[in-house]
Amino acid sequence: MSTVPGQKEPTSTNDEGLFSSIKVRLASGDLGLIPVIIALIVIWIVFQILNPHFLDPRNLSNLVQQIVDIGTLAIGVTFVLLLGEIDLSIAAVSGVSAGILVILATSWTGPFGAIIAIIIAILSGIAIGVFQGLWVTLIGVPAFIVTLAGSLGYQGILLALLGDTGTVPVINPTLLAISSTYLPGWLGWLLAAITVAVFAWATLGQRQRRTQKGLKATPINQLMLRIIGVAIITSIVVLTLNLYKGIPLSALILILLVFIFGFVTQSTLFGRHVYALGGNAEAARRAGIKVKWVKVSVFILAAGLAAVGGILGASRLGAASPATGTGDLLLLSIAAAIIGGTSLFGGRGSVYNALAGALVLGSVENGMDLLSAPSSTKYLIEGAILLIAVTIDTLTRRRRIKAGR
Amino acid sequence: MSEANRPREILRVENLKKRFGAVQALKGVNLHVSSGEVLALVGDNGAGKSTTIKMVSGVDQPDEGTISIEGRAVKLNGPSIAEALGIQTVYQDLALCDNLDIVSNLFLGKELKRPLIPGVLSVVDKEEMEKRAVPVLDSLGIHLPPLTTPVASLSGGQRQTVAVARAVLWGSKLVLLDEPTAALGVAQTRSVLNLIRTLAKKDIAVLVISHNLTDVFQVADRITVLRHGETVAHYKNSEVTNEDVVAAITGASRKVEM
Repeated sequence: MSTVPGQKEPTSTNDEGLFSSIKVRLASGDLGLIPVIIALIVIWIVFQILNPHFLDPRNLSNLVQQIVDIGTLAIGVTFVLLLGEIDLSIAAVSGVSAGILVILATSWTGPFGAIIAIIIAILSGIAIGVFQGLWVTLIGVPAFIVTLAGSLGYQGILLALLGDTGTVPVINPTLLAISSTYLPGWLGWLLAAITVAVFAWATLGQRQRRTQKGLKATPINQLMLRIIGVAIITSIVVLTLNLYKGIPLSALILILLVFIFGFVTQSTLFGRHVYALGGNAEAARRAGIKVKWVKVSVFILAAGLAAVGGILGASRLGAASPATGTGDLLLLSIAAAIIGGTSLFGGRGSVYNALAGALVLGSVENGMDLLSAPSSTKYLIEGAILLIAVTIDTLTRRRRIKAGR
Repeated sequence: MSEANRPREILRVENLKKRFGAVQALKGVNLHVSSGEVLALVGDNGAGKSTTIKMVSGVDQPDEGTISIEGRAVKLNGPSIAEALGIQTVYQDLALCDNLDIVSNLFLGKELKRPLIPGVLSVVDKEEMEKRAVPVLDSLGIHLPPLTTPVASLSGGQRQTVAVARAVLWGSKLVLLDEPTAALGVAQTRSVLNLIRTLAKKDIAVLVISHNLTDVFQVADRITVLRHGETVAHYKNSEVTNEDVVAAITGASRKVEM
């Protein structure tokens, strides 16, 4: 780029329209949700053509319930990946917490007992997270090894817990209700209205603060379009789910977790520091960010969310067995975060992407099951999607490095 | 106004020595910088420039010698202590987070917050940060893309500008710059050099390390030459030629006292 000597480099265009913001995103290698949403639409169209029942409200309701545990784990994975780290233990942690939950709930059969069992199960996950986080940050053993070793160990703990009884069924009705309760239709609409109202309040509030401080603000028309977009999507979701039995309680829990942790990443100091650390850990350290504290917290979060995922999974399956948390849960959760567009290299991605990625994988699983396709085909297709997703990330990253300097 | 603008000595380094194992990296470094002044620290590779900067920024501690800030001898046992005394360092590798936007980088580690639920939950106040950054950037004559642009999409010169602006935003008295123009093109170098002069006009003391003597002569008021870990010459920019400085760097001249 040629510049007139003695003058500052040209500032980029002041037009902050949608087009230029997409250009900036392309340049910085952050495609956001664009690729995963395109993938989701393509997958849904293909399965709908192959099996006209795919987009039935009933099947979509099943679909969202099937992704609840993967989605919950993927939120935690997103945090770990944002740091540029990895946690291979989350599935095993979810297994341990599911095991603890069912064992406690066999003797505690009331609703109060269920709540105490849930709290203890989550605390067990948090304890594991503390252990792993401290081991990684204080001793400096790579997270890959600590969590891999942990994963083996927690599978051992689960085996020891369940012992010769093998599969332990969930008999506590409160626990079973988590995954068999549907919200009444009116409540679904009320929640939809609240969602849209909060979104509108947040976006318009931000615009108002920017205008007050004399900063350039996004045009009001564009914000209204976004709000209307959110309203339409929320309405379609609620309408579809209400056509079957209503919003499943477990899906509501997942969506709440996504919103809460989406807020944490975008708006809180902790969240901003997670991004800073993933972008340039040395810069973060020099800027006085408590790097170790942030790291330990992220490992605690990941393990805690894994425990919540384990509880939701145990509730849906109605049991915990020595096989809980082994299978493909780990890889699918990590894949969900990555397919959603969270970078393996740290610093880029979001919790919302994890939800989208979980939807993509869940749709493939569900669609293949509808077609009674063998597991072989399912795995091949899921593998291909993961490979494509990471390839897109790598290519945009390479483009970013080229554009960067 | 005239009182504030009269140059005061900000930094004085006397007889600084540092040994790394068998290597005596610094054998006696002396230098001083006053407010509103740009001092260039030059020397060949291994002459001890970066080591000196590390002592002044608190990253490393000297074995012997004194560092005085505004006439008081200080012990800089960590970067945060140096920072608290008004010393900001712009490192060669810039220390920016590529994935964050310009405002977030300017306020990295010092983010402003506003209460969302008073007493319970505060959120990062990006609007306020942006509002406070704009006048500082304007006063430095800095023009950047919208401050919500990610740093990854900036040019090398713009990135260097962000790094320097961050040092100034925190009201520092002394800014240390390690090879600020090393990776830049001609026009970008010129704008960074202009920025350094602007810092000096704002009464900040500036210490620049550079390999590039052309840049040094353009920007510095005084030049201190290091060779083999020792201060070998102090020059005034106006009273010295390129050849003299090169001779001092390579050891072809006698030691010049000042």
